[in-house]
Amino acid sequence: MVTYIVRRLFTAVLILLGASFVVYQLTALSGDPLHDLRESNSPNKEQLIQQRIELLNLDVPAPVRYFQWLGGAARCIIPAQCDLGYAINGQPVTEALGRAMGMTILLVSAAAILAIVIGVSLGIATALRQYSTLDYGVTFMAFLFFSLPVFWVAVLLKEFAAIGFNNFLRDPEIPLQAVLLIALVSAVVWFVCASGTLLRRLAAAGIGFVLAAVVLWVLSATDWFAAPGLGLVLIALTGVAIAFGTTLLTAGLKNRKALYAALISAGVGIVLYFPIQPLLAQATGLMIFLLAVATILVGLAAGYLLGGYDRRQSMNAAALTAFLTGALILLDRFMQAWPAYVDNSRIKGRPIATIGSETPNLRGDFWIQGIDTFTHLLLPTVALLLISLASYSRYSRSSMLEIMNMDYIRTARAKGLSERTVVMRHAFRNALIPIATIVAFDIGGLIGGAVITENVFAFAGMGQLFIQSLQRVDPNPVMGVFLVTGIVALVFNLIADLVYSALDPRVRVKA
Amino acid sequence: MTTAAKTDKALAKLQKEPKPPKPGKSGTAAGEKAGLSQGQIVRKRFLGNTGAVISLVLLALILLLAYSAGGFFGIPGWWKYTHNQVNDLVNGGAPTLQLFPFSLGEHPFGQDRLGRDTFAQTMRGVQISVAVMFIIGLVGGFVGVVIGAAAGYFRGFVESVLMRLTDVVIIIPLIILAAVLGQLAGSRVPAGVQPYVLGLLVGVAVWTGLARLVRAEFLSLREREFVDAARIAGASSTRIIFKHILPNAVGVIIVSVTLSMSSAILLETSLSYIGMGVKAPDVSLGLLISQNQEAFSTRPWLFWWPGMFIVAICLCVNFIGDGLRDAFDPRQKKFNSKRAKDAPVQSPVPTPSGPGQLTDA
Repeated sequence: MVTYIVRRLFTAVLILLGASFVVYQLTALSGDPLHDLRESNSPNKEQLIQQRIELLNLDVPAPVRYFQWLGGAARCIIPAQCDLGYAINGQPVTEALGRAMGMTILLVSAAAILAIVIGVSLGIATALRQYSTLDYGVTFMAFLFFSLPVFWVAVLLKEFAAIGFNNFLRDPEIPLQAVLLIALVSAVVWFVCASGTLLRRLAAAGIGFVLAAVVLWVLSATDWFAAPGLGLVLIALTGVAIAFGTTLLTAGLKNRKALYAALISAGVGIVLYFPIQPLLAQATGLMIFLLAVATILVGLAAGYLLGGYDRRQSMNAAALTAFLTGALILLDRFMQAWPAYVDNSRIKGRPIATIGSETPNLRGDFWIQGIDTFTHLLLPTVALLLISLASYSRYSRSSMLEIMNMDYIRTARAKGLSERTVVMRHAFRNALIPIATIVAFDIGGLIGGAVITENVFAFAGMGQLFIQSLQRVDPNPVMGVFLVTGIVALVFNLIADLVYSALDPRVRVKA
Repeated sequence: MTTAAKTDKALAKLQKEPKPPKPGKSGTAAGEKAGLSQGQIVRKRFLGNTGAVISLVLLALILLLAYSAGGFFGIPGWWKYTHNQVNDLVNGGAPTLQLFPFSLGEHPFGQDRLGRDTFAQTMRGVQISVAVMFIIGLVGGFVGVVIGAAAGYFRGFVESVLMRLTDVVIIIPLIILAAVLGQLAGSRVPAGVQPYVLGLLVGVAVWTGLARLVRAEFLSLREREFVDAARIAGASSTRIIFKHILPNAVGVIIVSVTLSMSSAILLETSLSYIGMGVKAPDVSLGLLISQNQEAFSTRPWLFWWPGMFIVAICLCVNFIGDGLRDAFDPRQKKFNSKRAKDAPVQSPVPTPSGPGQLTDA
């Protein structure tokens, strides 16, 4: 195993060397870095040209310059010794890259996690209901999303989601036509998702229609969008629903111990709602993280103490419930800060941002800053999400279909297991194996794929750094971006292979 | 030599006969009849796929419209305006297209701020984008097949060199490599041929996935009996590759090239959008969107038409590729044979290559 990893890392370094040489030469070849100075009329033109030649060593031919760059880059193995050269404006690349990398990772990880969760659940659902209306609908949507140019979607999102929503916030009242239209859409969705006889599906559609209409009417009547919040009652109701839901998925409602454990952890969250508010007022990122860990521990403890015939199931159900209830409380706290954010003098009542990665000079506590990040991340994340959602849902559908036709699934059914156990414990877990490797391959691609999205939204990440530097024929930042994406891609490829062999005992790595 | 060639021909004929039906295959009764050639079976299956056929017809109509309206190779088209011609603004530049009763009017898709005809611009954009799409697909397909075939057939030293080369290219994110190449094409080439040079350069960058696929296919096919038979009969390597193995791998290649074209058009339009692809004075669908996105609130038609054409072309190519995959690969239908009477729609993405890459690294 160790031999295998070492060998893989060694090849990875060689591949990286080759690829970086190619990228450097192509970038250097792609234009004239002195172009803007040559056309300028400034009196000290010659001097500026000389300065830039000295800064970027332009008097040295590109292949030799590559090795100078490599000498600096090689020192990155030792921390704080990194030297990736200077950008054309004299800024060290490491500095620019560090900031850009953080923003890109934030954007990409949010989009990736959401795409995986939603895409895989959609794929599993469509596989279980193969050739239903739901299946055909999701399949067509997947094809459509696959064919959408991301920059086009991005402009549409800016126009309708951001500008439209901001205009709506000025007077947050939903007109009757809109309520009816949204309720109708919800009815169609319920009809498609419901299974069984036509009558049952029509009933589901009716419920969907009424539910959506009532919710929208209440939200509109109480001016909820101006001052959103969940409140204790809603949190309590949702928490209990979550407890039932997670137990249903992980242990089955027949396992009373698991159900009680989940309900207890939801209850702990609800009881703590008021006592924890003063603490949340002084929140920091670290504190939220610690609270999240504590929440999961409470859930695990509840599950452990109640036990039951399968202790792990109870612990899973309770921990998941605790985590989700905690997330609800957090969401509620963010919503409490929303009016203050919207009224902030830097925001001027238009919260959803169409460009940039943060509001400049915004002052505020943790919650205000958090909302600011959220409103800036929202649109780029949705754009990235739509594109990668399609492939995940298709992959997980075909993977799940293959598993559901395996002999051991028939065996599991034949020995009398409930459908939930067959699907969740026997099929779902095995269907995740190929998806795990695809995810790992995809993360590398996603970081590169954010180039266009970042550019449309003027999001100050690596993609924008790359495009701007390439336009100025500035090899050093381009190489910096390539280095990060290349290393990420290589590392995740290695992880994919290792994960595969860890999950699937039929595959063994060749040491 | 002559006897070898004769045996060869007989062998090649043998392989082209329909393979024995695989167990579990269903829903394709048309393909099961005896006496149909592989090509006939594939054609029949493809034509039975409604979505794919509709897409094929739609794509043909779009191409016909674009090339006949705008004219090409110096042949004038039937449309009265050209894409760079500045006209007087009619009706504030709004589209004059009417469906009931149908009439094109003066400027069916509207005009931009300068008075240029959006219909002519969009048609020119479709021409350029589709041409670049085909060039990328075909060049990428050709390079991929040559490299994959050489690596898979010759094994040994050739394989390790070519596959390390593939590894080097594959870790450069495609959009980064393509943007650098696009910039290269933009700065060194005269404007008229620039889109085609862009297609060539980007095509040379996108072969990696196909090369791995073709290599895997060749690795398994070269161990089959008919290849041994051909070799014993004295056929040369070139002959075995082109006459015996390649015809058997053609399904994988066609499907993969088709699907790569759908991502090629997205790649080209994205590059043009960020200014690294097709450059003014020429137009591409991505460039049109990039030029007109600021005018979205005042002249939304400038933005909608090029976007709709990108989505339509890409969707058609995806459905065609998907139909071809179903037609070439009977294994795709093995799931849930009870209900397989309904034609299932398969994934638009190539099936994951999975654990096969573990051992070769």
